[in-house]
Amino acid sequence: MTTALPRTDVAPVASAKRRRRAPGWLAVVPLLVFVTIAFGLPAVAIVNGAFSVDDATTGATHYTGANLTASLQGPYLTALLGSVKLSAISAALGALLGLPLAQAVVSSRSRWLREAVLTASGVLANFGGVPLAFAFVATLGNAGVLTVHLGLKDSGWDLYSFWGLVLVYLYFLIPLMVLTITPALDGLRAQWREAALNNGATGVQYWRHVALPVLAPSLLGGLVLLFGSAFAAYATAAAMVGSAVPLVTLQIADALSGNVLVGQENVALALSLDMVLVAGLVMAVYLPLQRRSARWLDA
Amino acid sequence: MIVSLPRNAVLGGSLAVVAALALSACGAAPDNASTKTKDGKTAATATSAADFGGMDALVKAAKKEGTLHIIAVPRDWANYGALIDGFQKKYGIKIEDESPDGTSQDEINAVTTRKGQDRAPDVLDLGSSFALSAAQQGLLAPYKVASYTEIPEAQKDPQARWYNDYGGYISIGCDDKRVKECPTSFKDLLKPEYKGQVALNGNPTKSGSAFGGVYAAALANGGSFDNIQPGLDFFAKLKKSGNYTPVESTPATVEKGETPISIDWDYLNAGYAKEFKSKGLDWKVVIPSDGQYAQYYSQAINKDASHPAAARLWQEYLYSTEGQNLWLQGYARPALMATMDKAGTLDKTAAAQLPKVTGTPSFPTEDQQSKAKTVIAQGWGKAVSG
Repeated sequence: MTTALPRTDVAPVASAKRRRRAPGWLAVVPLLVFVTIAFGLPAVAIVNGAFSVDDATTGATHYTGANLTASLQGPYLTALLGSVKLSAISAALGALLGLPLAQAVVSSRSRWLREAVLTASGVLANFGGVPLAFAFVATLGNAGVLTVHLGLKDSGWDLYSFWGLVLVYLYFLIPLMVLTITPALDGLRAQWREAALNNGATGVQYWRHVALPVLAPSLLGGLVLLFGSAFAAYATAAAMVGSAVPLVTLQIADALSGNVLVGQENVALALSLDMVLVAGLVMAVYLPLQRRSARWLDA
Repeated sequence: MIVSLPRNAVLGGSLAVVAALALSACGAAPDNASTKTKDGKTAATATSAADFGGMDALVKAAKKEGTLHIIAVPRDWANYGALIDGFQKKYGIKIEDESPDGTSQDEINAVTTRKGQDRAPDVLDLGSSFALSAAQQGLLAPYKVASYTEIPEAQKDPQARWYNDYGGYISIGCDDKRVKECPTSFKDLLKPEYKGQVALNGNPTKSGSAFGGVYAAALANGGSFDNIQPGLDFFAKLKKSGNYTPVESTPATVEKGETPISIDWDYLNAGYAKEFKSKGLDWKVVIPSDGQYAQYYSQAINKDASHPAAARLWQEYLYSTEGQNLWLQGYARPALMATMDKAGTLDKTAAAQLPKVTGTPSFPTEDQQSKAKTVIAQGWGKAVSG
């Protein structure tokens, strides 16, 4: 598509004459156009819908904060908090388990292992939805192969619970953490470690005072990414635990497209807006910390 | 997002215009609506076959359009596959079935967001509350099929904007090989032997059959159309006892033995039974003795259908003896069942295969239903979470 921009049709000769180059922001225009259409318009539609109510009989629309109020109380609030709790816990566990795994791969010096782990992580990080849910149901569900084989039911195992869902989420969150943190681990220089050890530091001290502080921003970045992935996940949870674990994405789906509730679309949009705000809050914490980052790793 | 340079206002404005153009340029509707009928009416406003000048003229007009766009109709749902094939064969009109697993809300969204495009659905199969609200919003075209007068009063809109098409009862399906003794009532479901085995096919705030399941459980436990709370309490008890499993039952989970007891519409459960036989699974279907809840879906025509004649012919086909019997063969109870039974046109063999019920079904009013939905939306999560 073409946009009616000024200056694009100015001949290069003319600009050369004036000894001026095209303004820098022109290069960003394609991105801005894309962002406006793919992100801006839907965002405006969400905000607009979240604050409007359609009168069913007259079809008239008026603006109100009622949807937002409704989206922050009762079962909706429970679901929002449930989503935050589930995402935070799975993200923290994913980061905790993904970091040592990535470090082991990076420090192993085996090219073959590295390629294999990173490729597998790329695949697994994108494995989700109903297939993932069904894989776990068939393996660890009430009549799952492992459940029956190992007699897990007697020990109180239940896949359809909060912790069961955390386990399933870790299946794609750990590989995602490995993918995000590996480049940062590559940036840790051998010289730093040697310098620390030559000065009498123990391995633990090296990690505590050198490696982790340098890695902190990337770790946080990974955490944010994991949180976002878990927070937005929907199909896996819907197929596996239904409403046994209250989640905001499930509530949005019920309100937005169902066979039961009529006229709840705008509450769904308000819930989406709540999600955007939560994501925004998370980013607001992360960005300032990110600032002190690249210095070390890019040097 | 954008730095505030004066030029950006212009830029943003032109972007919006371009976007609007790009978005509206797709799929303008072909001008089928101008198919003139006998007395100068257009197909889009015809309210019966007579307006076209009889069935033959309607068939001709529909054939001229050549296509019918339907939505959210699964082939394995109440024998819809046979209905689609039958219609295509009989009239040579191609049926495009969009997102077969969609929901009623998806159908309404498709109608409202694609007004005037040829991708809009021509006909709708809606849950009754959605049919009512769509009629209120003026999305549906009034049309009386030939057998309109024979549809029971309680099951049609007086203005003929929608009427019930087929329905069923909430039933309990059970894998006879895995479960020692199949439950026959809601009370049975609480027995400790069914630990982790009882499932719904979804979430009652989203799935119509799960909602019906909670309603039936309410009727079984001293509730009424006005009071669905006992149904919630029942499922809370079922969850506490460990019998309720939150997995959505699908043919796949049934086959794997993950949901050996599934509460669902009888036409779906009975359909599964037939399908599972070939896989060596004995799927028994009973209508719970203590809670019988029936619900019908409704047919309607999109007011802005881009194939208005084909849409009307589809309705005539669904409400013909042939169409109604095809639903019956899919274990669904068609709206004209009682009349056809009297007239002797009902497929007796198919009718004999339906799960047994006692008495005639009664239905909650719209007000009772919306009250019940509010209670469920508020209380379901609490009842089964944890």
